Amino acid sequence: MKALAARRHHRLAPVVLLLLALLATGGLYALLAPSPASADSASTQDIETGEKLFQANCATCHGPSATGTDDVPSLVGVGAAAVDFQVSSGRMPMQSNGPQAIRKPAQFDAEQTAQLAAYVASLGTGPTVPTDEQVDPALGDPATGAAVFRTNCAMCHNAVGAGGALSEGKFAPSLLEADVTDRQIYEAMQTGPQSMPVFNDANITPEEKRDVIAYIEEQRDGSAGGLSLGSLGPVSEGLWAWVVGLGLLIGAAVWIGAKSS
Amino acid sequence: MNDNQHSTELGDAQNRDVDRFDDPGLPEHRHRRADSDPAADKRAERQVVVLFLISIIGTVASIVAYFVFRPDGTTDGVRISTLTLGLGMAFALLGIGLAAVHWAKTLMNDTEVTEERHEQRTPDAEREIAVQKLSDGAADSGIARRGVLKGAALSALAIFPLTIAVPLVSSVGGDWNVSKFRHTRWDKGTRLAIDPTGRPIKAADVTIGSVFHVIPDATEEERESHAWITEKAKAVVLVVRLDPRDLKEAEDRKDWSYDGIVAYSKICTHVGCPVALYEQQTHHLLCPCHQSTFDIADGAKVVFGPAKRPLPQLPIAVDDEGYLVAKSDFHEPVGPSYWERLK
Repeated sequence: MKALAARRHHRLAPVVLLLLALLATGGLYALLAPSPASADSASTQDIETGEKLFQANCATCHGPSATGTDDVPSLVGVGAAAVDFQVSSGRMPMQSNGPQAIRKPAQFDAEQTAQLAAYVASLGTGPTVPTDEQVDPALGDPATGAAVFRTNCAMCHNAVGAGGALSEGKFAPSLLEADVTDRQIYEAMQTGPQSMPVFNDANITPEEKRDVIAYIEEQRDGSAGGLSLGSLGPVSEGLWAWVVGLGLLIGAAVWIGAKSS
Repeated sequence: MNDNQHSTELGDAQNRDVDRFDDPGLPEHRHRRADSDPAADKRAERQVVVLFLISIIGTVASIVAYFVFRPDGTTDGVRISTLTLGLGMAFALLGIGLAAVHWAKTLMNDTEVTEERHEQRTPDAEREIAVQKLSDGAADSGIARRGVLKGAALSALAIFPLTIAVPLVSSVGGDWNVSKFRHTRWDKGTRLAIDPTGRPIKAADVTIGSVFHVIPDATEEERESHAWITEKAKAVVLVVRLDPRDLKEAEDRKDWSYDGIVAYSKICTHVGCPVALYEQQTHHLLCPCHQSTFDIADGAKVVFGPAKRPLPQLPIAVDDEGYLVAKSDFHEPVGPSYWERLK
């Protein structure tokens, strides 16, 4: 203890303290965080709780009967999958108006999300939340997934799913972020959130959707070639080659040409 | 200093003959520390030895890495194998290079030496000898006397370049045939099929907001063939369904769509990139290459970017079984402009 006290003025002490505090907070959260509730079947009670949640959090924009306005989409018939996607990815409730709703930490836990989904699903039939088996990458074929992804997704989401720009501040988000779940990828294809078109089961069959998920999961391993530089292609690779590569070469040339002291 | 003085001094400088100055010669030779100080000399030698040692370690590490990290087929396995091999080789070569340069800069003699250029023109006597040798050789070969031989040799040399020129010119000629750009694989009754699986599309499957990437229906055999890739490159189509209220259609194209379903060529009219970034909410279709933007709800007209013409529309209908079919080929050539396009 004495040794510790003696070093409390060491210049690295704040860093060590900060690390310890972060570790303690993270550890406590892992221990005490509520485990996600499984809510597969929607009971009448779920729908009622969901309606209360809806009235409290969503009705301001989507209207008390969820029919929307000119600027806000109606939620009748969008189905549980759309609600699960938007709410679990934190896009809804929307924080502020902008070119598009962006991903942020989810405001509701899994149980509340399921209740909201149950309520919206009760307003009109729409796509349901996929089962764990439907989104299991181990059951999909990444090679077929790559072919489907290349034709349908790669132009916006980039060949490896790193995301890309659209018009007027909109963008196709990266699919490689750690918090993008396989279920959200499936739901996005099924419901076509925001700028994204819908890829219904006739267009990309449920099996092909699972293949796409398997392909994206393969991309999470990163590139076998080393630094991916954001997988953005010639722009970032060119910048790297011109600045770092040429810089090193020029440095070497200057060193070779300089007279030794 | 006032302005007057300043200008006088400038004038003086211009009057002097600044273009000419004496050859300053080589700067005085400056000795390096290693030249005079034995300790610095030893230190430089040690540095060179260390650099060579780094190279040796790099070589050994590279060989060890080759045996230890065998690529096992996984992404991580391949990455670690190439990374360690590459780093080992990089240090092995960099060590040799840096050591050699450092050796030359610090330890080898660096006294400047001037070597005068020799006269560029060969002396006349030597020139005469050379000319004499050439004419002796020509006389010895008898080229002036043996006319047939001369003709044969010259002909052989003259026609040899044809072996390269004829195939080159001939293959250039093949590409002048531009009529193939006027037609695509689409024809009356060709079903619309999903790219790449080739499943035909029912009109009922195309829900509002969805986008289908479409190829002409073809047998699996045709889709596997070599010619398919060129056919597909011209024929790819994008199919979307809009709310019929959003759709603005020209009077003569009213029957080109089916219940809000429209089909447009996917080849950009600017330089032919596949236009496929579809924004469902704005009905805008973006080209990834130069950001040309087409409004699908309004005849695919250009709303932004360098493209000059709307995307060609494929007239579609529905057959007896409910599948989407083309009513004809495109009514204009797809893709970028070319001189003979409207002929």
